[in-house]
Amino acid sequence: MIVGLFVPCYVDQFYPNAGIATLQLLEKFGVKVEYPSKQTCCGQPMANSGFEHLTGECDELFTESFAKYDYVVAPSGSCVLHLKEHLHSKKNPEAAERLRGRVYELVEFLTDILQVKELKAKFPHKVGVHQSCHGLRGLKLSQMSELVEPGFSKPEYLLNFVEGLELINLTRKDECCGFGGTFCVAEEAVSSKMGKDRVADHVQNGAEYITGADLSCLMHMEGILRRQKSKVKVVHIAEILNAE
Amino acid sequence: MNVETKDHSGLADIFNQNESRVDWHDETLWFIRSKRDKAAQGLPEWELLRETASQIKHNVLSNLDEYLEQFESNAKANGITVHWAANAKEHNEIVHSILKKHNINRMMKSKSMLTEECHLNDYLKKNGVEVIDTDLGERIVQLADEPPSHIVLPCIHKKKEEIGDLFHVHLGTAAGEADPQVLTEAARQHLRETFVTRKLSLTGVNFAVAETGEFVVCTNEGNADMASHLADVHIACMGIEKLIPQRKHLSVFLRLLTRSATGQPITTYSSHFKKPRAGQEMHIVLVDNGRTVQLGREDFRNSLKCIRCGACMNTCPVYRRSGGHSYHNAIAGPIGSILAPNLDMKEYADLPFASTLCGSCSNVCPVKIDIHDQLYKWRQVLVKEGHVSPVKAMGMRAMALTFSMPKFFSFAGKAGRTVMKYFPSVVNNKLNPWYKEREMPAPPKQSFREWYAKERAGK
Repeated sequence: MIVGLFVPCYVDQFYPNAGIATLQLLEKFGVKVEYPSKQTCCGQPMANSGFEHLTGECDELFTESFAKYDYVVAPSGSCVLHLKEHLHSKKNPEAAERLRGRVYELVEFLTDILQVKELKAKFPHKVGVHQSCHGLRGLKLSQMSELVEPGFSKPEYLLNFVEGLELINLTRKDECCGFGGTFCVAEEAVSSKMGKDRVADHVQNGAEYITGADLSCLMHMEGILRRQKSKVKVVHIAEILNAE
Repeated sequence: MNVETKDHSGLADIFNQNESRVDWHDETLWFIRSKRDKAAQGLPEWELLRETASQIKHNVLSNLDEYLEQFESNAKANGITVHWAANAKEHNEIVHSILKKHNINRMMKSKSMLTEECHLNDYLKKNGVEVIDTDLGERIVQLADEPPSHIVLPCIHKKKEEIGDLFHVHLGTAAGEADPQVLTEAARQHLRETFVTRKLSLTGVNFAVAETGEFVVCTNEGNADMASHLADVHIACMGIEKLIPQRKHLSVFLRLLTRSATGQPITTYSSHFKKPRAGQEMHIVLVDNGRTVQLGREDFRNSLKCIRCGACMNTCPVYRRSGGHSYHNAIAGPIGSILAPNLDMKEYADLPFASTLCGSCSNVCPVKIDIHDQLYKWRQVLVKEGHVSPVKAMGMRAMALTFSMPKFFSFAGKAGRTVMKYFPSVVNNKLNPWYKEREMPAPPKQSFREWYAKERAGK
């Protein structure tokens, strides 16, 4: 099995450690991983702003870069959901269609494809899990609080293997952090307020770290935490699962 | 309302100037969302009910013409006069003509978001007709000269002290009186007088049954019943999508409606109106006002399944923190944001962008409308129709171009991080909305691709 590693644009530029941890973690599980260098972005920033028609080049680049792999894995639920729902190619439509079914967010790749039954990692801290909306309601990484269905959580399943890690309970377990792509600047007031409220829930319930499967939300909450000069930090779930 | 700030973001900005009030508004609506969760969890068949309701409405929308004709003929046979209104103007004129026919210039009204959509109160006021809303929440916003901020809880944005001040001015309660029981009693006395003196009552419709020609009005206060039973003339106004095929389908919808809306098992009153009592006149106004256009938009057709429970508003993290008035439309929140652009794309082009696309709205919707997907789809339509700013469009084209060229992207990323590192004021300034309440990410020394090229490439 060869996995193509997709490190989305902003993760590449601002959170390289999450990309490195993803790569190393997959390798620990014996997966051969390659990082095609011509990748850039999934196209979501344009599409969610109403400019889906401008994502053609992004789609072609993605399809060309990843067509040859068995799976594509990315440390970002939101980008993965966008690709699953919207990746198209005029040059190679079959490859794009195949890729839509083969692109996985890291957590679901570990639980559903690799079917991880044990994991050696150590992270002796109190941790709050942020359920990013696209990972939650789009990829169904956890059960959604609105539905009357049996509960489960793939990120928490993995985090429970980690030695010393204590999960905290939140007052609102899956409320949005308010990032929302261009929403964070177009609707600055509401976005900031949502971010502050989400962070407060974690802080008040004793989190030392906020983790999740989506760096865009973590970036948003980090921006708030740092402005508040809080000691609480954000960390991508790959970095916890890869911590020794 | 200031014209310059009449977009969601600007109005939300104003709402957020009082943070403790935002917290109060958010907590109040979250409490209702929590009650809804508890009520839903009490029914193991909840998800099946939602699916069934969605399918019934699917059938209705697919056969709307036939159900409408069936409803009309059954209602007529029951002795009800049926009117058809193509738009808001016709709707208002029909109501006015019935008033004129009876020489009535004072009327009462209860629970109708449709008349808000049609701006009936303004129209009648201009024509010298006094309208008193008898639903308590609607009466409060009417006294405040404001539109409802929520379709089920019209004055949810008002604190009891503010209601006390309004009642002091309009109903003569003591200054500073804010005890809900005292205020409710004052409203009750005021409305009792209305019920016995006004001769015409207008209500909304929650469900109209094609099979029987009857309609059902769901309320907690019973004021719609009091008004309609006492009045000589009862007018019921409904959007054409309010139909259900058979009476038995109420067993699905009535179980879903109030659990979704407020967490109650059912409204206090679910009143069936089938025919006028002896000596009474009963009218139904069937209103299109853009609904058949929406029916023709394949991507947005499902929005007509809406039963106006308001669950999407209560769960919406944006609505809770921006208030209903920030949507500058009769129907606020996520559902309002997918209905409004159908009526006027230019006027409501901002609304589909007033969302993080978190998807909670679609999950609480009792008829399973794909609300957040429709918000996404409206964005695409609005951009194509030219309803976003040229500056934004230019930015998006530049972004798309950057992402299409890996080498340039790599260069631009490095250049950007370098600038941020050595000249942080370029991004950390007042012109950057992110920076107002949030720090920018600290730029790392190297990107992932730079690390990979150094550590892994060729190995």
